[in-house]
Amino acid sequence: MKKNKVRYSEIIPRTKQWPIVQLSKNRKRFIREVTQESFDNIKKIARGKSLREELEMTVYREKLRMKANPWKVDPKDERDFWRHIQHRLVESQGKPDSVRKEEEILKEIVQRYAEEIAGNFKNTYYRFARAFVTFGFARLLNAARVKGFTSLFSKQLDLGDKIKIVGEPEHIRSLAKKGTVIMVPTHFSNLDSILIGWVIQFLGLPAFIYGAGLNLFNIKIFAYFMNSLGAYKVDRRKKNPVYLETLKTYSSQALRWGCHSLFFPGGTRSRSGQIEKSLKLGLLGTSIEAQRILYEKDGEKAKKIFIVPVVINYQFTLEAPALINEHLKRTGQERYYKESDEFSTSYKIATFLLKFFTKGSDISVSIGKGMDILGNYVDDNGHSTDHNGNPIHTRDYFISNGKITIDPQREQTYVRILAQRIVEEYHKYNRIFPSHLAAFVAFGMLQKQNPKLDLYNLLRLPEEDLTLDYKEFKRNFKKLRKRVLKLHRKNKVGINEGLKAKADLAILNGLRNLGMYHAKRPMVLKKDRIIVQDANTLYYYYNRTIGYGLEKYV
Amino acid sequence: MASRNTSKSIGVIGAGSFGTAVANILAEQNKKILLYVRTAERLKTVQKTRKSAGQSLAENIEVTNDLSQIGNLCDVIFPIVPSANFRDMMRELSPFLKPYHILIHGTKGFDIVGIKDDEERLSRDHIKTMSEVIREESSVVRVGCLAGPNLAGEIADKKPAATVVASQFDEVIKMGQKLLKNDRFLIYGSNDLIGIELCGILKNIIAIGAGAIAGLGLGENAKSLFISRGLVEMVHIGKALGGNAQAFLGLAGVGDLIATCSSNLSRNFTVGYRLAKKESIETISKSMEEVAEGVRTIGLINSMAKTYKVRSPITETLHRIIHGEMSVDDAHTYLMKFPFRVEIDFI
Repeated sequence: MKKNKVRYSEIIPRTKQWPIVQLSKNRKRFIREVTQESFDNIKKIARGKSLREELEMTVYREKLRMKANPWKVDPKDERDFWRHIQHRLVESQGKPDSVRKEEEILKEIVQRYAEEIAGNFKNTYYRFARAFVTFGFARLLNAARVKGFTSLFSKQLDLGDKIKIVGEPEHIRSLAKKGTVIMVPTHFSNLDSILIGWVIQFLGLPAFIYGAGLNLFNIKIFAYFMNSLGAYKVDRRKKNPVYLETLKTYSSQALRWGCHSLFFPGGTRSRSGQIEKSLKLGLLGTSIEAQRILYEKDGEKAKKIFIVPVVINYQFTLEAPALINEHLKRTGQERYYKESDEFSTSYKIATFLLKFFTKGSDISVSIGKGMDILGNYVDDNGHSTDHNGNPIHTRDYFISNGKITIDPQREQTYVRILAQRIVEEYHKYNRIFPSHLAAFVAFGMLQKQNPKLDLYNLLRLPEEDLTLDYKEFKRNFKKLRKRVLKLHRKNKVGINEGLKAKADLAILNGLRNLGMYHAKRPMVLKKDRIIVQDANTLYYYYNRTIGYGLEKYV
Repeated sequence: MASRNTSKSIGVIGAGSFGTAVANILAEQNKKILLYVRTAERLKTVQKTRKSAGQSLAENIEVTNDLSQIGNLCDVIFPIVPSANFRDMMRELSPFLKPYHILIHGTKGFDIVGIKDDEERLSRDHIKTMSEVIREESSVVRVGCLAGPNLAGEIADKKPAATVVASQFDEVIKMGQKLLKNDRFLIYGSNDLIGIELCGILKNIIAIGAGAIAGLGLGENAKSLFISRGLVEMVHIGKALGGNAQAFLGLAGVGDLIATCSSNLSRNFTVGYRLAKKESIETISKSMEEVAEGVRTIGLINSMAKTYKVRSPITETLHRIIHGEMSVDDAHTYLMKFPFRVEIDFI
């Protein structure tokens, strides 16, 4: 009865040889290099402003940020630092050595930023966190699933049973041996970082570095895990060019050091529930820059950078109600009182994790096929091919008149091409669950029943109008399911096996799993009617299946 | 004359009237041009006569029918073949193309792919512009297109003209400018590749209509009325297909429209003219040496407009005429009665 579980060996068994360990060992040198390169870059790209103007603007913005939006994690000496910078900036004005002074100041700022961004990876912490996650969660799982007192120590179940890894795990393992891997997962929940962290170690890959929102470091549990899993800090409040350039250089340099990296290219969690459509291009662009610099430096032998899209498929997003409310507030008219995010305190997270591991529907993580920095598929050896299977030398993308040239506009366009390819892959690896399809059908029917209402009025419909006839619902469900299966056959989307069951069963499965931990179920079946209890959250799950052109079939 | 690009040859694929004209322009500023013709017989005649599509070839143009040569010897290639053959040509060329190649095409038509499913209407997924075909069929990313009032006959006569090179890549635009520019030929640049491609494609529809009006002898007022309403229809269709209105107001839009709608040097215009003279589309097509892209485009756009619910009375009417469902005379009464409301509603 018991299946043989797949276990992956570590591709580099000696952690000392991991690039990330090398990097943290040489942290000082690394920060120095990042500082120098960012400094040079900022001086190069003037954007029609003098350095002084740039610095003045940076100081001004930073002061504004400190006043308007202070956080717990902010260092204590911030105010003094910026006051001091401003003071020196004013003092040096008009002096003969002002240019030298300005450059000095710039370097100081860049260095401060680089220090702030830099992660604090510690091998021992990593081992502990890893052991904690695997061991702790396995205990919880066994306690819940396997009957009997001793089950707490049973080894029958572990995270591997809870989380299904599908797609191309062997492929990413061999790519990680050949070059530098950038994993680009979809982002729906704060849980994603931990989940991906687990996936990475489960697959036997060395630790990845990744940029995590500084706001997450406000929460203690997260701060601990993220530091130990190789996170560096991204402060979204700082939008000044000096900071952004430093951040990009950090990422680009780390890639060139051979550190596998994790980008959430959507930036933040998807608020609407839709798969990311527009990706943040800044960080993604560093992959292209880093690859070009590697080719410049090492020629044909240069290490390649591989982009691996990963789609995390949940039936259920813990934060859905809060996220969708935020989305509605942002996009328009809705007047909502602020609900607190379920991830705001350590306590809430702990209770969630408990729920998640004890009950709970399964999660699958689809590991996509690796691509080069232009979105061409690569084989297990890391060689790129075009649609017809002809080999492509990635280096040729940077070549003009026989040699590698630096053309920022070209590389910007490449980033857009890459982003588009990633979005395409996301849609392909996304899996449609019965619960998502049920939400899609139900919300689509509400829209159709009220053709004159816009979205906001639709969401405010009185309770008595928020019901659907089950027969009609079932008919639509079957029709849509046919469409989905057709897309699936064309390899354009993944499906959960539950979708293939008899219609009544599939619907039941969907209703049971749809938003199962939310305070209020988005919809329930009562006799022969479907009652929508929470239209906003239903809308969130409806959005999960947007982007396949299925709307017109409801 | 001083050569601007010393190292490599410049490729031109397709020796029709526009392809030949482009090769001759390129020959003025560059050392060596490689012009591809499809068949061995054609190669022989062109080599013997040094003439192609009625134009004499400059001395530094070498003719070949070997696509591998084009790919291996040229970094910059101008493919200018009919849209119906474009994908096949790309498939043959693709093995010799590398990501460093720059392709600037001059083909003004659509490619259709993958419509087997009868229940589905023609949508944007089924039709591709030539730049999209290039991207699909090869590893080349640095793609651009040429569009503008460029009647091949006039260019061959060395009359002044201008064109737009459109590409997402600034380096492609710069390259186009470097290679093509001369005292009689101005080059503008645009980053709206799809918009500019659509201009070139859609204007052929209007050109056929304008030809018909000329054929009926309805006068300049009627033709101007038709051209300006045609432009509005182009913009609406173009927007539905992913272009911006701006492109249509420039050289590749209005500019090209005026040229093709007023000259009997234009093939599409000629098709319309002869339709008005009661010739059938079959006879016209058979008697023409080169393809009038507009005929094919009308059919595609007619179907697309339905899918996207775009009002397109001109395309629809022309479609009926071509399929013999309406006479040219009826068409003109029909259009005059058509309830147009706001004149301009796209800016």
